[in-house]
Amino acid sequence: MAANSLLASLRRELFASRGDALLSAGLLALIAAAAIGLLRWAFGQAQWVVIQANTTLFAVGRYPLDQQWRLWLLVALLALATGLSWGLLRANPRGDRSGVLWPANDRIAVAVLAFLTAWAPAALRLALPLQLRWWGITALLLALRWAAGRWGRRLPPQLLRWVPLIWPLLYLLGMVLISGGLGLIRVPPSEWGGLLLTVLMASFAILASFPLGVLMALGRRSELPLLRWGSVLYIEFIRGAPLITLLFLGQNILGFLLPGGLAPDRVWRAAWVLTFFCGAYVAEAVRAGLASVPGGQQEAARSLGLSVPQSLQHVVLPQALRIALPATVGQFISLLQDTTLLSLIGLLELLGTARTVMANPDFLGKNAEVYLTLAVLFWCCCAALGLGSRALERRLDPSHFPA
Amino acid sequence: MPEPRTIPWWRDRRVVPWLVQGGVALVVLVVIALLLGNLVRNLTAAGLLLSWRWLGQPASFDVAESLIPFDAAMPYWRALLVGLVNSLRAILIGLVGATLLGTAVGMAAYSGNGLVRRLGRVYVEVIRNIPLLLQLLFWYFVVFLSFRNGTEALQLPGIVLAKSGLYLAWFAEGWRWQGPALVNGVWQAPWRFSVEFAALLTGLITYTGAFVAEVVRGGIAAVPRGQWEAATSLGLHWGASMRTVVLPQALPVIIPGLNSQYISLAKNSALAVAVGYADLYSVAETTLNQTGRALEVFLLLLGAYLVIDLLISLVMNGLNQLVQIRER
Repeated sequence: MAANSLLASLRRELFASRGDALLSAGLLALIAAAAIGLLRWAFGQAQWVVIQANTTLFAVGRYPLDQQWRLWLLVALLALATGLSWGLLRANPRGDRSGVLWPANDRIAVAVLAFLTAWAPAALRLALPLQLRWWGITALLLALRWAAGRWGRRLPPQLLRWVPLIWPLLYLLGMVLISGGLGLIRVPPSEWGGLLLTVLMASFAILASFPLGVLMALGRRSELPLLRWGSVLYIEFIRGAPLITLLFLGQNILGFLLPGGLAPDRVWRAAWVLTFFCGAYVAEAVRAGLASVPGGQQEAARSLGLSVPQSLQHVVLPQALRIALPATVGQFISLLQDTTLLSLIGLLELLGTARTVMANPDFLGKNAEVYLTLAVLFWCCCAALGLGSRALERRLDPSHFPA
Repeated sequence: MPEPRTIPWWRDRRVVPWLVQGGVALVVLVVIALLLGNLVRNLTAAGLLLSWRWLGQPASFDVAESLIPFDAAMPYWRALLVGLVNSLRAILIGLVGATLLGTAVGMAAYSGNGLVRRLGRVYVEVIRNIPLLLQLLFWYFVVFLSFRNGTEALQLPGIVLAKSGLYLAWFAEGWRWQGPALVNGVWQAPWRFSVEFAALLTGLITYTGAFVAEVVRGGIAAVPRGQWEAATSLGLHWGASMRTVVLPQALPVIIPGLNSQYISLAKNSALAVAVGYADLYSVAETTLNQTGRALEVFLLLLGAYLVIDLLISLVMNGLNQLVQIRER
C-alpha cells in the first residue's frame, strides 16, 4: 500500500528513535511557525505595490518607453531560438537515455521555476497587454518546441549542424536592437538598467571570459616559461583582490591608463572588469580539467601526427572542458551574482534600480518586499543555470553512451 | 645532385618556442609601455604623480567605530590602519563563525534524521543562489534596523538586540559574569557590537557557512564507508564515530577546500561598505574622495588584501601539514 509505505518511510526518516522524534517534532514546529509568520506577513502586512508599480523600472530601467518594442522583439526571438533548440535536442537524443537525466531534486527545482514563471504575470499585476505578450511569447516557445520536436528529425543533417549558429547571430542582433544603430535610434548604455543591464553585463562577461580563461589555463600549463609566468601573474593578481577593488580600478584609474577620449564609458568599463575578473577564475577551473586529462592522450594525439594546436582542439580540450564544466558554470553563477556589486559603483542594474526605487518617498521603508523579490529572482536565474549545467553534464557524460 | 631538404628555420623545433615567446613578450611589453606612458602623462597633467606624503596629513574625517584610538585630527595612515583593524576583526570572527556553522550543516548531511538532512540541503541551496550583497542589505535594512531601542528591544538570555547595537553578556571586572542592563533607557553591556558590524557578520557567516558546509560534506564523503561501519560496530554512537573516526580522516580533504573559502570570505568582507561598516575598503573610498589619490589608494588596498590572503594560505598550509595522515 502506498500510504503504508509512506508512513513507514516517514517513521524511518523522522521518528526512528525517541531522540529523533523529539528533534523532528521541534524542527517541524519551528518550520511551521516560520512558514505561518512568513505567509501572514506576505499576504497581510507586506505592500507589494512597490513592486507592482515599478515593474518596468525593474525590467529595463530608464530605457525609452517608445523604443521598448525592440526589447519585446528580442525576447520573442530568444523564445523562438530556445523553442527551436529545445525541440531539436529532444528530437535527436544522443543515446544517453540509459542514465537519469533529471534526478528528483532537479525535478522539484524545475517545478518551482515553472510555477513561478506561470504565476509571475498575475502576481506582478501586469497590465493586460503585457500579460498577453507574456503568454503569447510562452505559447510561441512551446509551439516551436513541439514543431521542432516533431519534424526536427527529418531536417537534413547539414542544416542541423548550422542551427547552433543562430545563438551568436542572435546575440549580435540583440546588441544592435538594444543599443541602436543600423537605422534604429541610439540608446546609450547610461539609459540601460534593471534586469536588462544585469543580463547584458553577465552574458557579455560570460561569453568573453570563457575564451580568455581557456587561453590563460593553457598558458599556465604551457612549457614556455614566459607564457606560464605571465598567466600565473595575471591569474593570481586577479584572484588576490576583491572584485570591488578591481571595479574601483576600472572606474578611477582606467581613465588614466588610456589615451584621452579612448576610455569606454562607465558601463563598458565595468563589463570589461567583470570579464577579466571572471576569466581568471574560469582559467583555474579549466586548468583543473586539463590536469585531469592523462598525459598519454596528448602523446597519443601527437604520435598520430597531429600538431600541438590540433591535438588540443580535437583530443585534449574536449575532454578537459567536459570535466571542467560544473566548476566553470559555478563561476558563471557567481559572476551573475557579482553583477550586484555594480550598484556600489553607481550603475543602475537590478540592485541599483531597487535602491533608487526605495529612495523614492512613496516607497520608503519597503526594503523587505523589494529585497525578497530580488532574492527570488536571483535564486531562479542561478538555479536555472545550475539545472542547465547538470543536464548538459549528464548529456555529455560518456558513461551514458552505448558501448 | 638533389638539394638536401632542410626544415626552414622558422619551423625548427629549437627556434619556434623562442619565436612564440618573443612575440608574446613584445606585444605585452608594448602594451604595458603604452599604458604606463599614458598613466605618467595623465597623472602629471592632473598633478597626481605617485607620492605618499599625503598619508601624513590629517584625515579630517571620523571613523564610526574603532578598536584603536582615533580622531579626525590624526593622519590618513592612522585612518587606514583603523579600517584594516576593523576588517581583520570582521574576518577573524567571520572565519570562526562560518567554520562552526558550516561544519554543523555539513555533518547534518549525514544525519540519520531525514528532516535534518533536508533542512541542511535547503539552507545550502537557498543561500548559495542569492548574491551576498543582497543578503547583507537584507540583514542590515530588514532585520537589524527593525529592532527597537530601550525596553522594546529584543531581549534574549544574555543577548539584547536593539537598534543601537548588539549587547552580549561577558565577564566584567573581577571575573563577574554580567549581562546587558538598561541604564537610564540606554543598554549597557560588557560587549557591544554596532548594528552594522552585526549585519556584516551575520551575512558573511551565513553565506560562507553554506560553502563551508559543501566542503565538509565533500570531505566526509571521501572517507570510505567501511570506516563508519567499523566505528558503529565498535559500539560508538553517531556523534562519537563522527568526531573520533570520520572527521579526522576527512580533514586532509577539507582543509584545502576551506583555504579557498576563507580567502573568499576575507575578500567578501570588503562589501562592508554597503552596510556602512568602516572597514578598510570603506575608509579607503573616503580617503580617495578627499585626496583624489586613486592610484596610491588602489595599491594600498591591493597590497593589504594580498597580505591577508597570503597569511590565510600560510596558516592553512601549516594546518594541512599537521592533519596529514602519517603512514608508518
